[in-house]
Amino acid sequence: MEIMQNLAMGFSIALSPYTLMLAVAGCFIGTIIGALPGLGPSNGVAILIPITFTLGLDATSALVLMTAVYYGAMYGGRISSILLNIPGDEPALMTTLDGYPMAKAGRAGDALVLSGVASFVGAFLATVGLIFLAPMLANVAFMFGPAEYFALYLLAFCTLGGMASNNQAKSAMAACIGLGIAMIGVDNSTGMPRLTGGSLHLYDGVDFLVAIVGLFAIAEVFFFIESHGKSSSIGVKLDKVRIPWRDIYETRWTMLRASLVGFIAGILPGAGASLGSFMAYMTEKSIAGKDGGFGTGVAKGIAAPEAGNNAAAGGALVPMLTLGVPGSGTTAVLLALLMTLNITPGPTLFTDRPEVVWGLIASLMIANFVLLLMNVPMVKVFVKILMVPPWVLLPGVTMISFVGIYSLSGSYFDLLLMIGFGALGYVLRKLDIPTVPVILGILLGGHMEDALRRAMVIADGDFIYLFSSPIAIGLWIAAIVGFVAPMFLRNVLKKPQRITD
Amino acid sequence: MASDRIFGLVMAIVALAYIASATQIQASFLSDPVGPKTFPIIIGAVCALSALFMVFKPDPEPDWPVLRTFGALTVAVIVLVGYAYALKPLGFLLPTAIAAGVLSYQISPKALNAVLAGLGLSIGLFVLFKYILDLGLVPFPKGMMG
Repeated sequence: MEIMQNLAMGFSIALSPYTLMLAVAGCFIGTIIGALPGLGPSNGVAILIPITFTLGLDATSALVLMTAVYYGAMYGGRISSILLNIPGDEPALMTTLDGYPMAKAGRAGDALVLSGVASFVGAFLATVGLIFLAPMLANVAFMFGPAEYFALYLLAFCTLGGMASNNQAKSAMAACIGLGIAMIGVDNSTGMPRLTGGSLHLYDGVDFLVAIVGLFAIAEVFFFIESHGKSSSIGVKLDKVRIPWRDIYETRWTMLRASLVGFIAGILPGAGASLGSFMAYMTEKSIAGKDGGFGTGVAKGIAAPEAGNNAAAGGALVPMLTLGVPGSGTTAVLLALLMTLNITPGPTLFTDRPEVVWGLIASLMIANFVLLLMNVPMVKVFVKILMVPPWVLLPGVTMISFVGIYSLSGSYFDLLLMIGFGALGYVLRKLDIPTVPVILGILLGGHMEDALRRAMVIADGDFIYLFSSPIAIGLWIAAIVGFVAPMFLRNVLKKPQRITD
Repeated sequence: MASDRIFGLVMAIVALAYIASATQIQASFLSDPVGPKTFPIIIGAVCALSALFMVFKPDPEPDWPVLRTFGALTVAVIVLVGYAYALKPLGFLLPTAIAAGVLSYQISPKALNAVLAGLGLSIGLFVLFKYILDLGLVPFPKGMMG
């Protein structure tokens, strides 16, 4: 009953009025961020990190606030999917397939409530899964030495490349760009500057927050300039909001199955919430068969991707907290938050700082209930927020990014670097090169090199040591399979996507 | 096609330059078996390989915007760079109003809206940051504060 004790401790932290207030505020901000087209969990959380950091919140409070924002953004993504047919973020893409037809058929309110409930079920079950699975995985992670960690980081890059992109070479290059940037600065073990080109500004290395905000937020602004914000005019009217009990009851098994599928997809390093909602939708579609009417606005088609998406958001926290390896773009951003707060995720986090882990888990539980309450009766408030035109929103996002990064370091050099990353992000996304591996590379590059060097110190330069334990060999094989397999599976995996389009 | 090839070529050259500068890293006498050079060189090599792959097996050409949009993007970048330099000497309010207004105009070319967005964001965000979130922002250039 250790888990119960830990949970009780967690709730005692999370239920303090101040933490509770942060959780509620985070949920509210998060839902807005998720609902706004152009802002999603990753760039929304990214621009808030520097601000949170400058506010001087302690580690637990900051973590509670930001994970509440993260969960909130996952809920909020469905609002613009359903009403505008624009996914507020990438994982909400699948929700448009049935959500928008249902809303057009005059059942916008039903679709919003149903998807809210499905989000709740998915997130709730995933948080329960996190409570049981994370401590177990943390115990396994204690057996990891530097060789295993090196293989694990490699696995994360390989599976991320396999899943997130259509072209392995491009994702490998993206990872290399990130890793290469991580090498810049003073070398930890020799104290010598590396690859700085003599610039004093680069001696401290490139701050990952600068890169994240640039790649995610500033690049988005460039995309809106390109499209002139055209995509946000059409919409569906929302009349009355009632609770569609019958639909909720009928989709109960769908929600449970989708949560399980989503949770598993979330745990896989590099896969994340997009894969979770995709897999959940496709599973339910094949179970329902041809008569299921998926794609025409059926309840199951809304419940499945939303439950899957939110379950994956919870599942992605498992590898992030226990191994320090994020399972998605947004958890990569959350990892950046932890590193900013000087918390090193990993198995030791569970023993050294249990108050952080369990306080976080308890506030996820609370945030989930708050979000359900917020998203069902108050959904009209968030619908109003969709009216914010992009010509106010995107300049606003830019200015918030500038102030955030500026308040971190007070140097104009970081701002220039951020603009540079924004331009890079624009070009990369145009060329269909994924940007998440770049972020992951910048975040993990230092750790990955450390693991390699420590392994080699232990083995005295013998490279065979990297393959010396069964866990390491397993991870290497998984990494290679994860990188190579999608090349052959591409045709198989692609086909269902085309039918649903 | 061409975009992938050009970008691949540029990245291959960057990767080679990266490897070249990695070989120049000074190793100290205390070094471990791997040393500070090896990992950057491996990264550069993998990057060069994937870049060459892009050159020889490019994907279909993406939809590049028309030339005028590129102009708008360039203006946006210049404004942002100017904003980065202006933020410290000129205070928050004035540069923010101008930069936000120009960006707004680039997204939706309506002059009145852009002016309103610039003024509104500049004042609104200042109030938010200064008085609600308590960040230390300077509203005006130091000389004008008297």
